Amino acid sequence: MESPTALLSLIIGLPLFGFLLNGLSGLFLHGYREKKSLIGAIANFAVFIPFLLVLYLFINFVPDAGAVQVKLFTWINTGGFSVDIAYQVDQLSLIMALVVTGVGSLIHYYALGYMAEDPGFWKFFAYLNLFIFAMLNLILANNLLLLFLGWEGVGLCSYLLIGFWYRNMKNAVAAKKAFIYNRVGDFAFLVAIFTVFNATGSLNFEVILANLDAFSDSAVFWAAFLMFIGATGKSAQIPLFVWLPDAMAGPTPVSALIHAATMVTSGIYLITRMSPLYVMTPEVMLIVAVIGALTAIVAATIAITKYDIKGVLAYSTVSQLGFMFLALGSGAYTAALFHVITHAFFKACLFLGSGSVIHTMEGVAKSLKAEGKSDDFDPQDIRNMGGLKKYMPSTYKTFLISTIAIAGLPPLSGFFSKDEIVMHAFSMGIGDYAGVLYMILWGVATITAFLTAFYMFRLTISTFHGTFKLSGRIEGTEGAEKHLHESPSTMTLPLWILAILAVVAGAIGLPNFVFGPLGWENWLSNWLAPIAADIPLTLSVATEWVLMMFAIIVAAAAVYTSWRMYSNDGLLEADSRIESRFGSLYGVWQRKYSFDEIYERFIIGPVNRLSDKVLAVFDMKILDGLVNTVAGIVRLSGSLLRYTQTGIVTSYALFFVLGVILVISLILF
Amino acid sequence: MEFLLNLTIYFPLAGVLAFLFFRNDNAVKWISLIVTTITFLLSLPLFFGFDIAGSSVPQYVTEGLAIFPAMDVKYLVGLDGLSLLLFMLTTLFGPIVVLASWNSINKSLIGYYSMLLILQTASLGVFAALDLVVFYVFFELSLIPMYFLIGIWGGSDRIRATVKFFIYTLVGSLIMLVALLYLGFHAGAATEAYTFTSDWRFISGPEYTIGLVEQTWMFLAFALAFCIKVPLFPFHTWLPYAHTEAPTAGSVVLAAIMLKLGTYGLVRICMPIFPNAFAEFAPFMAVLAVIGIVYGALVAMVQKDMKRLVAYSSVSHLGFVVLGIFAFNTIAVQGAIIQMVNHGLSTGALFLLVGMIYDRRHTREIADYGGIAKVMPVMATLFLISSLASIGLPGLNGFIGEFLILNGSFSSELYSNKTFAVIATTGVILAAVYMLWLYQRLMLGPITKEENNSLTDLNKREIGLLVPLIIFMVWIGIRPVDYTKYSEEWVENFITVSEEKGLMVLQNTEFESLPDWTAALYKQPSQSWIVDGYSPADKQNP
Repeated sequence: MESPTALLSLIIGLPLFGFLLNGLSGLFLHGYREKKSLIGAIANFAVFIPFLLVLYLFINFVPDAGAVQVKLFTWINTGGFSVDIAYQVDQLSLIMALVVTGVGSLIHYYALGYMAEDPGFWKFFAYLNLFIFAMLNLILANNLLLLFLGWEGVGLCSYLLIGFWYRNMKNAVAAKKAFIYNRVGDFAFLVAIFTVFNATGSLNFEVILANLDAFSDSAVFWAAFLMFIGATGKSAQIPLFVWLPDAMAGPTPVSALIHAATMVTSGIYLITRMSPLYVMTPEVMLIVAVIGALTAIVAATIAITKYDIKGVLAYSTVSQLGFMFLALGSGAYTAALFHVITHAFFKACLFLGSGSVIHTMEGVAKSLKAEGKSDDFDPQDIRNMGGLKKYMPSTYKTFLISTIAIAGLPPLSGFFSKDEIVMHAFSMGIGDYAGVLYMILWGVATITAFLTAFYMFRLTISTFHGTFKLSGRIEGTEGAEKHLHESPSTMTLPLWILAILAVVAGAIGLPNFVFGPLGWENWLSNWLAPIAADIPLTLSVATEWVLMMFAIIVAAAAVYTSWRMYSNDGLLEADSRIESRFGSLYGVWQRKYSFDEIYERFIIGPVNRLSDKVLAVFDMKILDGLVNTVAGIVRLSGSLLRYTQTGIVTSYALFFVLGVILVISLILF
Repeated sequence: MEFLLNLTIYFPLAGVLAFLFFRNDNAVKWISLIVTTITFLLSLPLFFGFDIAGSSVPQYVTEGLAIFPAMDVKYLVGLDGLSLLLFMLTTLFGPIVVLASWNSINKSLIGYYSMLLILQTASLGVFAALDLVVFYVFFELSLIPMYFLIGIWGGSDRIRATVKFFIYTLVGSLIMLVALLYLGFHAGAATEAYTFTSDWRFISGPEYTIGLVEQTWMFLAFALAFCIKVPLFPFHTWLPYAHTEAPTAGSVVLAAIMLKLGTYGLVRICMPIFPNAFAEFAPFMAVLAVIGIVYGALVAMVQKDMKRLVAYSSVSHLGFVVLGIFAFNTIAVQGAIIQMVNHGLSTGALFLLVGMIYDRRHTREIADYGGIAKVMPVMATLFLISSLASIGLPGLNGFIGEFLILNGSFSSELYSNKTFAVIATTGVILAAVYMLWLYQRLMLGPITKEENNSLTDLNKREIGLLVPLIIFMVWIGIRPVDYTKYSEEWVENFITVSEEKGLMVLQNTEFESLPDWTAALYKQPSQSWIVDGYSPADKQNP
């Protein structure tokens, strides 16, 4: 393939163009804001055309010819430090770009319906286009610094979109929280970049990966470790994950696109891109795996206790991202990316489905208000729902399909990707390095897989099955069910496409031990082989079969348990049974392990008090006081000396004589 | 072109002369605008005609006659790679500050605009000066108009702020004056033709070196003056007062131009003239810079007055610049130079924006605002862009400077300690904390104060004066090479010259004859000299 400069310029440039056009016109021309179909068309094509172009590049890509480099212009060049605005088209960036522009297009289309009534329509689509622009820079960049530009750029868009309804202070606070927690990660990422440059003298991926022997042992450790800390910010892992649940304050398409399908997987992308560096340091890989597994189970246990439909999905996302990090830490980079892809489909579908539900519930609230009844209820609370499948068949069916996919039931996509991860953890568990620990992580992952299937069916059943509970639960909402309806086709069409993808996407990564004999190789693993430094599985085929069967049994058991407990409107009753069974542990889950409170108590609060009560006071009283004291001494000595300047000639004569005596005595003695 | 440089420097004074004949308020404003605009236009050929490859040699040089036959003190101006961008930044801000004052100054306009114009000439003079006495004269001259701007057109507590600002910076410059005189005689002796010389080209050049004892105390004197001006922690306490009480234009010029005189002096004078002292004190200066970065940010975070908040953010940002200068490698020093420009653009813009809000509500208390993005969407957008530039978002200018500085410091041979860069990098977190919190408290949430409901968004004049700044923020963020290339050759050259001079001094020093403290300070020289072939062991065992 010849260097596709024009194509790449379009792929990167169109979303930017969409952002500038809609953003500037909307800001300065008030009439433009009402031209919603024009705004929507521009924004949608600014993503859809790049999708087609990426698809074209993907089809015409020649794996044997290696990565295609496209340099647009020199960005920074000084003192031997040179970075270009340049892109790298290879197996990894292509597949990520396909997901981003593909899922991005669907969500743009969905948002046409979802945001139709919003006065900030123009702004929303401008931000959404800007996000796609930044995300494409992140994944197509051929160097760490341009990747970082995209990395911070998506963080900015996340900030803008979480705080999209900024007049509610809660949203503005959540937006700022997201940005700052991400910045903590970015701090580590920056130091990692310095370390890499210090070792190799370049930030270009090809140069870095070709010069891995230039790293000292400690440089490898720090570069890999700090990059991972950066990833825990963007990809919402312990200890920096707390921003993601709050980020659900943004409009639901944003949650689907940014906080589920694409941006939060940046950390996984980054580590996969740098995987040859990571396999050099088993210590860091172990840390990654431990953090991943820990995050997975912590988030899953929180999800069990949540009643907010988006809240469950948010913690579920954190948990699934944890699975991906477990994969990275187990040397299963392909599996991690496989899960990124399948998760993008089913989680985007779930979020958009929840958006469809919320959209309807908000419509109910609006109609009730118009009738003079009560609209004082939370449209996202599943305790107010139930029985929606009758009113919203498409939303229900697609939601259910995606739930089965995430629960890990064969043959849907989530089953294959999750199973590959769990299997790799097991394989590390029988390896030489920290085998026991990895085996424990395998156990944690299996428990989490059970929990995942359990809480996802809890969510689906409580939302769509049984009876509609709002009118019985909240006073003054009688007759609410007659306002329930399916969402418009702009919203259901993307749901169906995503649901279909959630079913079939497993085909790109079929396990070789099952399908290899049939001649169906694991396509994704072959495709990514030049980039992902996978540690191969060391299991016998029999073991692999046993593990897979075990995984199926676990998932099926979870679904069965969930069904037994939650069908027939048993949400509150079943939850209280869990609560009494687990006692104070359940309280810990409900309180989200108190991460926010701990940070507030031990970091944020003390730093604030230090700044306010100590530093600011020190600045004004001590430092400035010192300056004033010096000035005061000067003034004092001035006013004392003033007494010598009396204007009386005789006293000057006296001083003169005294002076002469002093000089003479100095000379004489 | 030499003539053009002088014309650019002194053209603002033409406006002051015109005020003798046109005394009506509108005429005064328009004359100021026209004069500063012409000054800017006059400076453009200097920029475009600049020889980039030869940026280490001053261009457009005007060399006057020596004032006294035996003393080589003369009018000497020119531009080189170090001064060019800051010179252009100053001419760019000329019309902007005039426009910013348009409706907010209603008291003795002739005096006010005269002060602005004189300040413009003085600032341009400092950047163009190549004779240290001329430099000193302009450096001091810039103090006087600022003194009056704050003292007459400032806020309610302006007198205290003025006195503090004036005395504090004057003390620094008087100490510098003593060192300057000593340096002049010392260098004069080295010429063998004069008893005194202050020609920067000779003093900073490779032929002239200074012994370690003299270097040390002269460096300290100059550095003190510049650090007060920067201001570097702990010499910064005059800044919040001055910034807060100054009228908008005063704050803008102070932040965008005058603070740079300090960092500019460190690069122009301290680095090439006192290389050994520069190197030995680098870790110490880096400590102060890093403290300033973190401390300034933490104190900024808890301010309740928006101008004070931006003032403390300057302390933090200029800490980065000082850190970069003393890292003493091309990447970091280049980062420091571009960051001087960046800070001028983004903090200048922030002070302009804060001034525009102040013009409408006459309060600087952050708590008096909230939710005004609803009524002032354009203001909110421009404020956000400037804030993002200030906190170093990639794609905007601030990131370029910060990244180069931190990346260079991380590999600095002078510090040979990565901790400085790492701690300084926490500044990126803190900057986001205080700027976004400010943005949230001013712009987001519901409108809580009735008065804010009727605020009007920015008018065309206000948007117009901000747009150039925004353009440069984006331009430098995306294509910094268009700007860093002007100083590249200068920095490379003077780092080499300084290193060679320092090495020469060390090799010619008899350590036995030095006072104990000096010997102790220099006997274990910095890493870079060792790399360049100097071995301290040679000195210890003769």
